[in-house]
Amino acid sequence: MSVENISHFDEHFFVSGHTACPGCGQALAARLVADTAGKNTIIANATGCLEVFSTKAPQTSWRLPWIHSLFENAAAVASGVEAALRGLGKINDIRVIAQAGDGGTGDIGLQALSGMLERGHDILFVCYDNEAYMNTGIQRSGLTPFSASTTTSPAGKILKGNWRPKKPVVEICAAHFIPYSATASVGFPQDLQRKVKKALNIRGPKYLQIHVPCPLGWGHESDLTIEIAKLAVNCGLYPLIEYEYGKLVNVFKISPKPVIDYLKPQARFRHILNDKEAFLSFEEIAKKNIEYYGLVSK
Amino acid sequence: MKKFLEGSHAVAEAVKLCKPKVISAYPITPQTHIVERLAEFVSNGEIDSQFVNVESEHSAASVVLGASATGVRVFTATSSQGLLLMSEVLFNIAGMRLPVVLVCANRAVSAPINIWNDLQDSISQRDSGWVQFYVENNQEAYDFVFQAYRIAEDPKIMLPVMINMDGYILTHGMEIVETVEQELVDNFLPPYNPPYKLDVDNPLSLGLLGDPTVYLETRYALHKTLEELLNLIPKIGLEFKSMFGRDGVDLVEPYLIDDAQVVIVSMGSVCGTIKDFIEQKRKKGKKIGLLRIITYRPFPKDKIFEYLKNKNTIIVLDKAISLGNEGPLFSEIRSLFSKKKPKINGFVAGLGGRDITFDTLEEMLKLSRKTPTRCEFLNLNKSLLSDSFYVS
Repeated sequence: MSVENISHFDEHFFVSGHTACPGCGQALAARLVADTAGKNTIIANATGCLEVFSTKAPQTSWRLPWIHSLFENAAAVASGVEAALRGLGKINDIRVIAQAGDGGTGDIGLQALSGMLERGHDILFVCYDNEAYMNTGIQRSGLTPFSASTTTSPAGKILKGNWRPKKPVVEICAAHFIPYSATASVGFPQDLQRKVKKALNIRGPKYLQIHVPCPLGWGHESDLTIEIAKLAVNCGLYPLIEYEYGKLVNVFKISPKPVIDYLKPQARFRHILNDKEAFLSFEEIAKKNIEYYGLVSK
Repeated sequence: MKKFLEGSHAVAEAVKLCKPKVISAYPITPQTHIVERLAEFVSNGEIDSQFVNVESEHSAASVVLGASATGVRVFTATSSQGLLLMSEVLFNIAGMRLPVVLVCANRAVSAPINIWNDLQDSISQRDSGWVQFYVENNQEAYDFVFQAYRIAEDPKIMLPVMINMDGYILTHGMEIVETVEQELVDNFLPPYNPPYKLDVDNPLSLGLLGDPTVYLETRYALHKTLEELLNLIPKIGLEFKSMFGRDGVDLVEPYLIDDAQVVIVSMGSVCGTIKDFIEQKRKKGKKIGLLRIITYRPFPKDKIFEYLKNKNTIIVLDKAISLGNEGPLFSEIRSLFSKKKPKINGFVAGLGGRDITFDTLEEMLKLSRKTPTRCEFLNLNKSLLSDSFYVS
């Protein structure tokens, strides 16, 4: 089976009627992933926004076989699905996707994810990275970026939001020497679809981390989701990169935009705008990314 | 065919005959011999199973959950801390109505860390929605595996089953086990044909959010199914007996109870010791009996009450404790009686592998005659209590 070139979808596998917030980046990305994967796919979903807003009994938005068990075990549940398909002789006909938010991937789910990668299961793990625990009310996760204000890393008189850099989960996955570990952004849907398609045509464990703005958690207008997602990539703060067997093979080239354009519309970064030191650190992160990954064409 | 087998290998042989498609486990003492033997079977092609070596018990339980939901028969085994780490998933498996079969090699829980036997691990999971059996010997451990799948996979039941066997005492103890041929198992246990599964041709969503308008009903349904099992379990046991020629699963086992005025109530392999003790006492004219609880969940209240209602003295021997209260089995036995109460005495013994010997049981009878006891610890070494621990 191969996933054919898809530019438009005749049939949707994640359908409307769910209860996501207006402008939810995760809902858009999840639909792109499901529609790109197509009919012969089984999805194991972690607890989180996506699970809650898409499957309130007795309704579901999923037109694919879909299972939710717990918060930290999507990779392990998917491993069980994959092992069963292998046992049934169906592994060549059906694709398995595990999906979770950034907390369910890189914090509480990291052990199960590492196990899934190390064991070599034929699964695509998709992380919808909205950079905090949005489902429980915008608490800081390991993937919350530097200085973002969350409800458990609030910007105050002394502390300036999250004081740690973002956990490099895409590199952690790449370090397992898996066939494919990449980032994508809901702001670049064609690139996202290409990566989903590419990943699903590779046998073995794959990791795809998709940057998905959260208007509620980030504090931006709901019609700015795509624009903000694009800015994150274009200012160098969210590099779109692809690793194969641990080696960086491709980067999405940019013409760098000012970091301030990305920070300004988001309430989570408002405190930085008047804090020169924090702002300079932010510019430094973007600059380092541009240099390290070679984001600008020479 | 008779074989001289340790309990772990008896279980592995039985699991092999049930042909699970997916086995997943994480090593923990004293469960290891079960899954090592299964891994050998897989490695030698003696069984057509996927053996998934996971990075934790949480993932072992999650792997069998996912595989079971995909429509195949599954198996896992664990002990102690492993069972506790699985706890979240165990509740989830029961709530999702997936017929997972798990063997728990019962072991004490930390701290202090202790690898020896008691029942604290599985008792702590009694409210998870799993069926819990407690076996007395290796033959039962072997036989219960076939029956566990029959019960779990019954389309009207669809619940997970935990077979509890005492760590070391049974898992590493050698006994003669009457084994059976594949054909007999195939006749007793049909291939797993789930009423629901993950299927690309009939896409279902499993594990939905149950808000206050539906959650209560799902729990009620689970509870009612467990209660219905009180009828099904003895029936499956009888069917097993008619085909295998040995006693099958049951709710309780009464032992020399009819004329007994004093009845000991307990679970697991210690009941073997108690039976020998009773025979010895009966030779001296003491009319003592045993009521062995085989099915702990669902709890066979009516059956137990029938056997105990006209007795003078009931002695409950727990190998676990609800800290701050009393032995859990004692609480549940006592709750069966309201007005006309027999004398019910509770004892806690054998925690962390402390031997329960004839002397222990003699002491239990002696104390029981003297004063009412609720939560009397047997075989306490008083000298250890003076300095090392806070004891007022």
